[in-house]
Amino acid sequence: MSAGLTGDGLHVLGPVDQIPVGEGRAYGVAGEQIAVFRLRDGSLRAVSAVCPHQGGPIADGTIDRAVVMCPLHQHAFELETGCSTSGAGSLRSYHVFADGEQNIVLQLL
Amino acid sequence: MTALASRSARSTPGDTRRRLVVIGNGMAGARAVEEILARGGAVQHRITMFGDEPYGNYNRIMLSHVLSGEEDTGNIFLNSLAWYRENDITLHSGVRVERIDRFAKLVFSDDGRATPYDVLIIATGSRSHLPPMDGMYTPGGRLLPGIFAFRTIDDTTGMVSYAQQDHHHRAVVIGGGLLGLEAARGLQSHGIDVEVVHSGGHLMNAQMGPDGGAVLRRSVEALGIRVRTGSRTTAILGGGKVRGVQLRNEPDIECDMVVVAAGIRPNVEVAVTSGLPVERAIVVDDHMRVPDEDEIYAVGECVQHRGEVYGLVAPLWEQAAVLADHVTGADPSSVYLGSRTATKLKVAGVDVASMGLQAPERDTDEHVVFSEPSRGVFKSIVIRDSKIVGATLLGDSRKVAYLTQAFDRGLPLPEERVSLLFDLGGPGEEAGVAELDGDAQVCNCNGVSKQAIADTVKGGCTTLSGVMDATRAGKGCGSCKLLVRQVVEWAADGAVEEDPAAAYYVPGVPLEKVALMTAIREQGLRSVSAVFAALAPDGAEDAKSKMGLASLLKMMWAGEYIDERDARFVNDRVHANIQRDGTFSVVPQMKGGVTSPEQLRRIADVADKYNIPMVKLTGGQRIDLLGVPKEDLPKVWADLDMPSGYAYGKSFRTVKTCVGQDFCRFGTGDSTKLGIEIESRFQGIESPAKLKLAVSGCPRNCAESLVKDVGVVAVDGGRWEIYVGGAAGAHIRQGDLLATVDDPETVKLLAGRFMQYYRERANWLERTYSFVPRVGIEHLRAVIVDDAEGIAARLDEAMQRSVDSYADPWAERNDPLTHGQFRTSLPLEVLPKVPVR
Ligand SMILES: Cc1cc2nc3c(=O)[nH]c(=O)nc-3n(C[C@H](O)[C@H](O)[C@H](O)COP(=O)(O)OP(=O)(O)OC[C@H]3O[C@@H](n4cnc5c(N)ncnc54)[C@H](O)[C@@H]3O)c2cc1C
Ligand code: SF4
Ligand code: FES
Repeated sequence: MSAGLTGDGLHVLGPVDQIPVGEGRAYGVAGEQIAVFRLRDGSLRAVSAVCPHQGGPIADGTIDRAVVMCPLHQHAFELETGCSTSGAGSLRSYHVFADGEQNIVLQLL
Repeated sequence: MTALASRSARSTPGDTRRRLVVIGNGMAGARAVEEILARGGAVQHRITMFGDEPYGNYNRIMLSHVLSGEEDTGNIFLNSLAWYRENDITLHSGVRVERIDRFAKLVFSDDGRATPYDVLIIATGSRSHLPPMDGMYTPGGRLLPGIFAFRTIDDTTGMVSYAQQDHHHRAVVIGGGLLGLEAARGLQSHGIDVEVVHSGGHLMNAQMGPDGGAVLRRSVEALGIRVRTGSRTTAILGGGKVRGVQLRNEPDIECDMVVVAAGIRPNVEVAVTSGLPVERAIVVDDHMRVPDEDEIYAVGECVQHRGEVYGLVAPLWEQAAVLADHVTGADPSSVYLGSRTATKLKVAGVDVASMGLQAPERDTDEHVVFSEPSRGVFKSIVIRDSKIVGATLLGDSRKVAYLTQAFDRGLPLPEERVSLLFDLGGPGEEAGVAELDGDAQVCNCNGVSKQAIADTVKGGCTTLSGVMDATRAGKGCGSCKLLVRQVVEWAADGAVEEDPAAAYYVPGVPLEKVALMTAIREQGLRSVSAVFAALAPDGAEDAKSKMGLASLLKMMWAGEYIDERDARFVNDRVHANIQRDGTFSVVPQMKGGVTSPEQLRRIADVADKYNIPMVKLTGGQRIDLLGVPKEDLPKVWADLDMPSGYAYGKSFRTVKTCVGQDFCRFGTGDSTKLGIEIESRFQGIESPAKLKLAVSGCPRNCAESLVKDVGVVAVDGGRWEIYVGGAAGAHIRQGDLLATVDDPETVKLLAGRFMQYYRERANWLERTYSFVPRVGIEHLRAVIVDDAEGIAARLDEAMQRSVDSYADPWAERNDPLTHGQFRTSLPLEVLPKVPVR
């Protein structure tokens, strides 16, 4: 769950297959709580892990290709931007991708 | 000095627009600005708004829904902060204006700012009136903890969180008007026992006479709210916090919270301090202008116009339109002549409409009255010179639209007065809608006319939800939804499209349940992602649809279902119920509520070992271990070594039983044994919503079988009654008798057949208490008991397949199904804390 730091604010969070397809897992990265999701098309998304509504655990949410729904009160947030589609505050979104070795790489700037 | 400094700082060179300042960012202030923008006012004005509440602009009416938990505060905002930005409006929220300098044309606010204006609008609204009572304030001058007003978001969320603390059980609401009753009903939904103390002789005495008040009282009391009229509260009891209230000449009432809903007072301090004319409220003329002040307007509840002060939104919509006509110069001839207020509301779930006089005043006034207290229906109309001058309708508002219009315009009335109260086989409701004038207001909350709805429909929007989105009609208190639907139907001339999405089983797949099941079966779709790929538009996944589809597929395919974990809600991924602080609750199976010393000891040991913060008996006769972090779940299950009790799922959950024949003096059937057998058979089966069952050993019903999804009662002669569709939650309903049978085996057979039929036919999340009345008990009896459709064998077989494919989900403890299945999703310290005893 902790991360190795490379240059340019890039953090390697370990193998992609820690995250089952279609689900999310939470990581603590440089003091921030970040939820990383692995979409069914294989791509990754990362947003902050704490719901702005009442602190719900975003990584436990249900996702589709576009949004994540917080498990506590079902507010929805765009995975790309973190913006809420249901009138809640927004999550932060982060750049995240898989490198050649299929490791999750998160950019924190 | 500050004035000059900020004045120069604020003016943008080259911007020659007039500076429009609005004090008060409530429903009237924001509406006035919307009306001004709609008249092109942004070109002429640079707009600045002050609001002392730290929020954007919200729909105050919806606070009743927020209190009852039906609506989230996030959903009641009328204009988002983005709206202010897009319209180039400077919003100072959380800032209070203290004084206006009419001569220097400056507004002074409590953040030390002085803001210049060319045009000023005062829309400060009103606040709750707190009548003086002993013991209301702490020595520090603050309200005693536990006393609440009911006016703002902060009041409402404060009440909700206070009511949810487990040691608060009883509330007294002071005031039996509209707000008081709404508050009482709302608190009830948090499990609070409520008593309304009203100083008037009957409830809602501002809107109706004593007879209507008596019928309303019956309806309110039927909801379980106690009512005391003609009662005055003299003091609040309690040292550090509320412990009760003292009444004049009556015994004290103990309570943990007090809500004061004893009327409102206009916020006029700013106007008074600044030397503007104030009587009961800020005086305005027919242009909504403050007399002798060319550039100062006022609007909303803080306004007195021709001696009247209004406390509802409909009049302020009319005022805002007139004000905007003048501020922008769009229509200098526009005048406001006052509103005839017809109140049309849903108060504590009861339809209430009232207009004009409550009772006849002259000898020649006609009075038409119909009263049916047992159904909570009361209708009264006062007629003078063949015109309606007043009406009160309770519990049945079908005739409201026509009556309101007849009242507003003084329409001629039919000879047969009774047809004002009922549709007598003549032209029905459709005609009633056709009779309405175009400018008749259909939605009072959002000020939407019949014409506006008709135009939207003509513009091609022919679904109810589409029209509601486009016009905002029906999006306030919701009491006009039926009328909106009727107008849409009328305007579309029969070509209303049923909003198709409303009938879809899940929002993301455009098929009703039966069609969806057929497609799934024909195409052999065994996983949720396969369903999306084959049946959703563009094959798009939809988060909101996943859980419903997973449940349906599991029901249809039983053992052949391909289980994709991401399609499940988190509860079903970790087999425990997520709590508000992100921890989980663990409820082991305890069939029929029977346990043993050995089990109890093990549960106690586990609770000790894992520092379980709360151990609690559930309503379903089981033991709940609350506050378990996700990562501890597998270890807790292993140490308990008991199967899952399914307290988290949309599934069969539990069978409550009474003592029954072995020990009870009255028992005629072995309720415990049957309960255990039922639970063993149906444990864990998926269903559209949770299923709670019970078995009682005799008609005394100690297991509360009549209010369960399926309830069984032993009756004399060794027979068993089976009830279905009961509920004792947010809705209360006695189940309907499905059948009386001779032996426990038949109970199990019919209960299973009913549950299977429900699984196949019910909408997603539709509880049996909605499903049973929807399809009708006669129909259910025909299908399930008499096999009228010849499907009984198939239903039984389908249920058997589900029973056979049962596996205890807690077995996953040793072998997590997915990577990190039980890994924490949050560092628990950042979560909201739940109180622990
Ligand atoms: C729980 C509840 C339910 C209701 N239900 C209904 C209903 O079903 N139907 C109906 O028609 N009406 C209903 N009402 C009444 C309706 O909400 C009011 O009539 C309406 O909100 C009045 O609008 P307003 O803009 O005049 O006042 P408000 O909406 O109160 O707005 C005034 C705003 O100005 C702010 N303000 C005051 N002084 C200052 C200052 N000096 N500086 C800066 N800001 C200031 C206030 O804090 C407030 O935010 C309900 C009210 C409540 C509380
Ligand atoms: S329901 Fe009847 S049998 Fe069961 S405990 Fe109550 S009185 Fe006894
Ligand atoms: S905490 Fe996330 S929606 Fe409420």
